[in-house]
Amino acid sequence: MSGLGSWAARRLLLGGAQTVAVVLLVFVLTEALPGDAAVALVGDQPDPARIAAVREALDLDRPAYERLADWATGLLHADFGDSLTSGRPVSSYISDAFGPTLLLAGLTVALLVPVGFGLGVLAARFEGRFVDRLVSSVTLGVYAVPEFAFGVLLVTVFALRLDWLPPTAVGYGTDLLGHPAALVLPVLVLLSRPVCSLSRLVRAGMIDALASPYVAQARRYGIPGARVRYAHALPNAMAPAAQQLARTVDWLLCGVIVVEALFVIPGLGTVLMNAVAERDVPVVQGLAVVFGVITVVLNLGADLVAHRFAPRAEVAA
Amino acid sequence: MREYPGLRRRGFLAAASGVGALALVGCGGSDNESGNDSGSGTGGGSDGKPRRGGRLRAAFAGGGASETLDPHLANLFADAARAKALFDKLADYGDDLSAQPRLASGWEPNAGLDRWRVTLRKADFHDGKPVTAEDVLFSYRRIADPEKAFRARASLEPIDLKASRAVGERTMEFVLKRPIAEFPNVLAAFGAYIVPDGTSDADFDKKPVGSGPFRFVSFAPGRSAVFRRNDAYWDGAPHLDELEFVVANEESARVNALLGGQVEYAHELNPTTARAHEGKGRIQIVRLRNSAMQAFAMKTDRAPFDDKRVREAFFLIADRQELIDGALSGAGVVGNDLFGKGYEYYAEGLPQRRQDLDRARSLLKKAGAEKLKVTLDTSAVAAGFTEAAGIFRDQAAKAGVTVDVKMGSKDSYWADILDSGTLCCYRSGAMPIESHISQRLLTDSTTNATQWHHKDFDALYHQAQSTKDETERTAVFGRMQRRLYAEGGFLVWGFADWIIGTGRAVKGVERSAPANSLDWARFDKVWLA
Repeated sequence: MSGLGSWAARRLLLGGAQTVAVVLLVFVLTEALPGDAAVALVGDQPDPARIAAVREALDLDRPAYERLADWATGLLHADFGDSLTSGRPVSSYISDAFGPTLLLAGLTVALLVPVGFGLGVLAARFEGRFVDRLVSSVTLGVYAVPEFAFGVLLVTVFALRLDWLPPTAVGYGTDLLGHPAALVLPVLVLLSRPVCSLSRLVRAGMIDALASPYVAQARRYGIPGARVRYAHALPNAMAPAAQQLARTVDWLLCGVIVVEALFVIPGLGTVLMNAVAERDVPVVQGLAVVFGVITVVLNLGADLVAHRFAPRAEVAA
Repeated sequence: MREYPGLRRRGFLAAASGVGALALVGCGGSDNESGNDSGSGTGGGSDGKPRRGGRLRAAFAGGGASETLDPHLANLFADAARAKALFDKLADYGDDLSAQPRLASGWEPNAGLDRWRVTLRKADFHDGKPVTAEDVLFSYRRIADPEKAFRARASLEPIDLKASRAVGERTMEFVLKRPIAEFPNVLAAFGAYIVPDGTSDADFDKKPVGSGPFRFVSFAPGRSAVFRRNDAYWDGAPHLDELEFVVANEESARVNALLGGQVEYAHELNPTTARAHEGKGRIQIVRLRNSAMQAFAMKTDRAPFDDKRVREAFFLIADRQELIDGALSGAGVVGNDLFGKGYEYYAEGLPQRRQDLDRARSLLKKAGAEKLKVTLDTSAVAAGFTEAAGIFRDQAAKAGVTVDVKMGSKDSYWADILDSGTLCCYRSGAMPIESHISQRLLTDSTTNATQWHHKDFDALYHQAQSTKDETERTAVFGRMQRRLYAEGGFLVWGFADWIIGTGRAVKGVERSAPANSLDWARFDKVWLA
């Protein structure tokens, strides 16, 4: 296991470097956008003197590297800086928006794993037969529908026509658990595409494994079918699925903008979108750090799982 | 985040929802839309007897997590509506954008129009303290603070705040830097709200105190703001018990929330949405006619538009109805190359401009501008901009003019078009005609997008401002508008409707009030049946 330990340490180090690179890239890109917070703030009243005054008030007249250095120094003390537009600390933006996003992501994953694996195993078991064809065509079909369209469709049918569920979470703020009905449609939309990709990956991995010599050998020993499927074949499908799952979680946490906008959920995606529109660089940078760290940690976890279940595949390299 | 399957689609949709969010940024402040009285008939009076009680939830497009309740920072519709619920201004705009007294009970100029004595009505802040002249001076000094760059600072610029003083508990004298006949417009300026003397920046987030019709209850930036009826309001207590502002940036989310009964009032709807639900009985659609001025701005100081024959030719190229039908889905009325249709001082008598391609061609020929090529700057910053650009390109082609449409960044569009380019899409919300002229058409105007610099035009403006007699002043404004109509830089092709949706139980919503005028989003006069 010490090999694994040093491998994980190397990965963490690399992840740290990647996070720094992401932050630098985000900073450079935000700087490269036309206009800055001052221009965005004055909006349709672009009086040059006012832009200059705002720029000075926000310290935007200082060179970019100085602002970056200040921000990085603050970060060492866990200080994310203050928003340019409101003056409130960036950390409060992140902590406020994290709850709803985490809740949505958690619920989605909690449903995604059993449903995705279940459908995949089911399809693999009946490979080429009716159940497989049904599962495959439905997952492919749903996968092809964009989230926005799917969300609008669900809202129209279940909220506006049938009146079973609330159409948005407007006014509930971060207290989504107090209104569980408002979570149903967003989670369904979030589930729709990942379930499809996950179940197809599991199906493919299972079919490969079921056709492999070692499963044939296990069958020859007279091991029951279910045990062969779950103890011998499924782990083989686990490695790619775990990595896919990590990417999905990452995608869910880093703010699923479409769903948040459609259902008015004040999560990370909404904050990010507004911050970019307002050229609120400290907020964008703070979010970039958070997203970077999440991505690195999740992928590390996925690689560890892959290492554990399919060491020979060397997918974790 | 490398190559997960959702990336491309998510990227596209992020951009698409960005358009919605940005359309609202473009709506900020004086670009805010408006309607006026020429369109619709039924006012608040026909809804029966007001009933007291209930909570009204109103959905606006908002500023997200960076919102504040500081009324002097107001920039968006949501800010303006919230500020109006909590605070008062000395004056506010009527339906024709003339200044109406609010906290000020009256104003009286001296003979030279450069000293104005303003008296306050008897009104109290939410903490029980009376509104005094000192509070007014404190508020105006805060707005004018050069360190802060509040939006209303430019509007208050004519006041010499050092020389202005309180002459009594409820009387003050404003000393102006120059004579201004329309000084009450300054008191009604966007964002010129009165806060108690000594209010600090931090107070607005936690416990804002104003003199408005509602008291503060709670506020979570980007999510919700709850206010309660102020029973002691000087203009009569509101009918509603409570008012809640919620934020939903996507238009579809606002509509869905309204249809699903989650809110009772949804601000800023699309014409297509309005058409789909108008007259179906599920929700009510309120159209504020003649709202946002829609125009193309020609830079009059550079080729080819430094030749007034070319400008006139462009006036004649536009088929205004086609632009309205195509770019605004029919939700609007044609313009006549002048700002402020239906407002005080608007030059009604000028003949309606129509498309005349033959005359346009001959004007271009006389100007030596045949086979003219121009670049039209546009951006997705406001609804209908890119569509209008495409339609105008086709109309110009019929007159032999090649228009090259160039898409710009939505976030910095207004700053980008100010000095660069020659022709661009432009729009503006309600403001008095006098403010439109002073902000955009004088040599020293700070946002002169048509680069209209004429000493004699400036002189006319200053003449109007030092003319006490209203009839004479109207005549001077008429002369200025005739000049703009003949050879100005704004090709004003239409005025868009401003569309609001309300639940069936909502009564008393004013139907003829331009956005940011007194009766728009005036929730103290609304009730739930």
